[in-house]
Amino acid sequence: MKLDRTIRLEGDRDPNFARQVMAIPGCERLKDCIQCGTCSGVCPLSLYMDHGPRQVMALARAGFREEALRSRTLWLCASCYACTTECPRQIRITDILYELKQRAIREGLAPRTLPTPTLAREFAAMVSRRGRVTESELVMRLYWKTDWLAALGNWRLGLGLMKRGRFPLRPERAAGAAELRRMLEDRGEAEEGTKEVARS
Amino acid sequence: MPYGYFPGCSLRGTGRAYEESLLPVFRHLGLELTELTDWNCCGATAYMSVDETQACVLAARNLALAEREGHGEVVAPCSACYLVLNKARHYLEEYPAMAERVQGALGRGGMGVRGRVAVRHPLDVLANDVGWEAIRAKVTHPLRGLRVAPYYGCQIVRPYATFDDPHDPVSMDRLFEALGATVVRWPLKTKCCGGSLTGTIPEAGVRLVYHLCREALKRGAQVIATVCPLCQFNLDAYHDDIARRWEDVRIPTVYFTQLMGLAFGLAESELGLHRGFVRMRWRRGEGEIASKSKITSKSKITSKGGSERGEGT
Amino acid sequence: MEPGREEIRIGFYVCHCGHNIAAMVDCEAVARYVGKLPGVVASRDYRYMCSDPGQDLIRRDVGEHGLNRIVVAACSPLLHEQTFRTATERAGLNPFFCHLVNIREHNSWVALRKQDATRKAKALAQAAIHRVRFHRALEVKRVPIRPEVLVVGGGIAGIHVALTLANAGKKVFLVEREATLGGHMAKFDKTFPTLDCSACILTPKMSAVRAHPNITLWSLSEVERVEGFVGNYKVRVRRRPRYILEEACVGCLECVDACVYRTPKFEDAFNEGLGKRKPIYIPFPQATPKVVLIDPATCLNLRTGKCKKTCVEACGDRQAIDFTQTDTYEDIEVGNIVVATGFRTFDARRQPQYGYGTHPNVYTALEIERLVNASGPTGGEIVGRDGKKPRAVGIIHCVGSRDRKTHVWCSRVCCMYSMKLAHLVREHAGAEVYNFYIDIRTPGKGYEEFYNKLLDDGVHFIRGRVGEVTDWAIAPEEEGRLVIRVEDTLAGCTRRIPVDMVVLATGLEPQADAQAVRRLFNMSCGGDGWFLERHPKLAPVNTFADGVFLAGCCQGPKDIPDSVAQAGAAAAEVLSLIDRGYVEQEPNTAYVRDEDCSGCKSCVPLCPYQAIGFDTGRNRAVIQEALCKGCGTCVAACPSGSIVQRLFEDDEVFAEIEGVLAYDA
Repeated sequence: MKLDRTIRLEGDRDPNFARQVMAIPGCERLKDCIQCGTCSGVCPLSLYMDHGPRQVMALARAGFREEALRSRTLWLCASCYACTTECPRQIRITDILYELKQRAIREGLAPRTLPTPTLAREFAAMVSRRGRVTESELVMRLYWKTDWLAALGNWRLGLGLMKRGRFPLRPERAAGAAELRRMLEDRGEAEEGTKEVARS
Repeated sequence: MPYGYFPGCSLRGTGRAYEESLLPVFRHLGLELTELTDWNCCGATAYMSVDETQACVLAARNLALAEREGHGEVVAPCSACYLVLNKARHYLEEYPAMAERVQGALGRGGMGVRGRVAVRHPLDVLANDVGWEAIRAKVTHPLRGLRVAPYYGCQIVRPYATFDDPHDPVSMDRLFEALGATVVRWPLKTKCCGGSLTGTIPEAGVRLVYHLCREALKRGAQVIATVCPLCQFNLDAYHDDIARRWEDVRIPTVYFTQLMGLAFGLAESELGLHRGFVRMRWRRGEGEIASKSKITSKSKITSKGGSERGEGT
Repeated sequence: MEPGREEIRIGFYVCHCGHNIAAMVDCEAVARYVGKLPGVVASRDYRYMCSDPGQDLIRRDVGEHGLNRIVVAACSPLLHEQTFRTATERAGLNPFFCHLVNIREHNSWVALRKQDATRKAKALAQAAIHRVRFHRALEVKRVPIRPEVLVVGGGIAGIHVALTLANAGKKVFLVEREATLGGHMAKFDKTFPTLDCSACILTPKMSAVRAHPNITLWSLSEVERVEGFVGNYKVRVRRRPRYILEEACVGCLECVDACVYRTPKFEDAFNEGLGKRKPIYIPFPQATPKVVLIDPATCLNLRTGKCKKTCVEACGDRQAIDFTQTDTYEDIEVGNIVVATGFRTFDARRQPQYGYGTHPNVYTALEIERLVNASGPTGGEIVGRDGKKPRAVGIIHCVGSRDRKTHVWCSRVCCMYSMKLAHLVREHAGAEVYNFYIDIRTPGKGYEEFYNKLLDDGVHFIRGRVGEVTDWAIAPEEEGRLVIRVEDTLAGCTRRIPVDMVVLATGLEPQADAQAVRRLFNMSCGGDGWFLERHPKLAPVNTFADGVFLAGCCQGPKDIPDSVAQAGAAAAEVLSLIDRGYVEQEPNTAYVRDEDCSGCKSCVPLCPYQAIGFDTGRNRAVIQEALCKGCGTCVAACPSGSIVQRLFEDDEVFAEIEGVLAYDA
């Protein structure tokens, strides 16, 4: 049996992590957390989370970067904003989880077993390509990239949607998609730039 | 003064019935909706997990379009769009550095945003611009005897919305009372439907739907009314899966605009009611509702619910 | 003494204040710099200027160097201006030849870089050196103090103040808004941590107030107007009608029995609405004064004039009922005022996720206090609004406390009273009790021991702020009950706990009319709305209005022992003033230069202290020095510049400005 070391040493910490997260719009109040557990108490999905939003806040502000970014909690968040609304410290927990999701994807720490990161990526790609999302295509791409067996299992749902005219296969696009792409274009530099500005 | 109209991607896909019922109902009330030319995806929640500045650019471009077309207000029927557009407005105001980046990006497309457009949900327009009395006056076929569970979901009541109470919203309750229906007290009216988790992690996402439907039936509701295409999809489309996993809790889930259309006497065929998986069939004047499959009895729910301890939400 | 006639010889002292100043300001450099300025004869830095050796420096230098002006650069004048003025006086100079420069609060504590702080200290010091040469000798006036005291509020704090002062032989007016003394404490069943009976402690003190020859008790009364100043306040008290002659009523309650309403019908505020009362009633058996009252909103005769008046009949020869009563006013003169107006509890409806007002079996803590009380609506039996005895009870801490959306402060008493209620509920109903808390705060004598006892007794403690209380059941044991959803943060899991009764430990907040009361007595409020003490450590029961003191929860949440201790402190402050017999008045008052006054009267209505009168004969404004507080409003407003304030005269202020501008960084 393999034992994991659970004691945390100071060397395991990324001492700048909390500061980096707090520099992002919406995430300023990370360190205000008093660990009361309201967020997990109201979270409809906390029962499946490995850490719960409260513990993710604690991990992030203590600088346990990897543990925070690897947490399943990020990918179980359905963005219902219940935690953000109820937090007695007015921490925008949903936005902090978004930021951690972005970092997890960037740093390749998002779990491979969950399709959510793939959905996020496919969604983003489709939007920058066409300006709009075609749900039917998105779903098919998702299944293709993750678990095509699941697609087989859901064939009846897809068929049902098609029968009811809710699954149009013709792709939606915005006429100004090219213009939109230009706006989103300078991705790398814009992104870094924004983060720098936001941090300053 | 027409409202700008931002349909969002879902209303052109799985949520078609929403648009199909919203447009005639608003027309019937004398409200004009002008679709923003060349709108783009608002960014939604999934995009937010990739990059928040670009998400803000996406949303802001739509606000800029509305400004360019001279709209003071934009109606966004989808809860996710409503939240994301509002969030972008808040961020542009709150974070000057981010606003600068966003303006720069919009500028590359020859656009700019001043942040003067109010983003509104159709329900907000009905509650605050039209008023329940005006709606009551249009009712020709009151929904007498119909027991409705109003489902607000999450994103139109929090965290940026101001038109209703985040814990106990009542605007839809008032609306259905005006339509002559009976409103069911249902403590889950602002609980999460699972969002996209129903597709990505069904054991977590679909379970939320199961509990919503189960409790609505238990409290005697005949139909659940939603304000959001994703909520409608989730509550409507997964009943086979739910029945396989737990128990059958089939109940029709419709858009609030579809109920309005029925009460206003608009042609049923034009309200998109045929697009539901669990079909609602309202026999006018008979005060009776039927869904495609039989409504599960209350006693059955209670007894069967007992078998699944400790797994709830 | 005209400035310029004598040779100005200034002594300058810069204080290190340990590290408080010296860590940010190079004190030696400041002393060196100031030492070279014209007129400065001695310039020194010293570790603690407020210490005896520090003050001795001033005295020695005055003797050795013939100093006639003193400038001390140290902390806020609020803290040590008096100290250095006294030191200057002891050295043989007029105390107002001393001037203080604040380089701590205004500089070292807020500066980020040492060089900036040092430059600022030099500039401020130079300004003071310029200004002080224009200082004039001023005289402190003494004003006599009346020995009568007004105490506002008849809760435990006000009662203790009144009794302490009355026992020292002082005449006390005690004004209480409600019909009875006792405040919140009268509603409690037991007090923590000793669990002694609240009434047994409180009611003897209430009777003592009533019986004391030195105390005039006015219930159903409010202070309407306050004029004057420390030592000589003129106060008007409005007394609302009781419709009962207090002197004639013997408290037999025969009238209550005889009321045309056979059964109690109206919401009983003393029982938090859990019980009913009649239009004629006594709030509770030990109410003080033990006199009935009639509620005009519900009394049939007062509302409609059509009633058989069976109460009058029952009262008989005593003739204590008087339907003709109206508001009356009492005008009194007092030397000091103690404000003990208490608190109110947080409105639990503001946290709708806990279901107060929606789910009948969700209660506030104060309601449970009444339920467990033997004289309460159920005679001490704990039953829900559904009439059932609870098997399990959840107590939710911090409702309306430690929450940025409601109140950020910790209400200090809720942990302890929740544990007290947990104990009582267990004792009375035998129920399982769950406490849901963020942190358990028990920093009082015997408090931690009480917590330990509850842990031993098997009361459950779950560390987590409750997400919601719902009647949505997903398991058989939850059917028909209330479910508390919470993260058990120590066990690390989210839990659903079914209970039959929920108790919300609502926090404390300022009274609804706290702002009006603040204005009435010329006090200040903190940003949180509680009345502000002059200094948390040096003057904790004083306010910024001289002769007005604070006691109890109106200054901030506190428990009974702390309220009583603070009441004692307030009484001691009052006694010390009365026994000295006089107050010294700051001479920084305003005066009118007759030759410039145009008689426009602009200043008259502006004065917040009604200190400015008008001499119609000479057509000139006249400032009554005894009333002037030196606020400067009239000085700023006078269009002809004819009002001048001592210590802020034009030459002094302009010299100060020149001084700060003359500093060349």
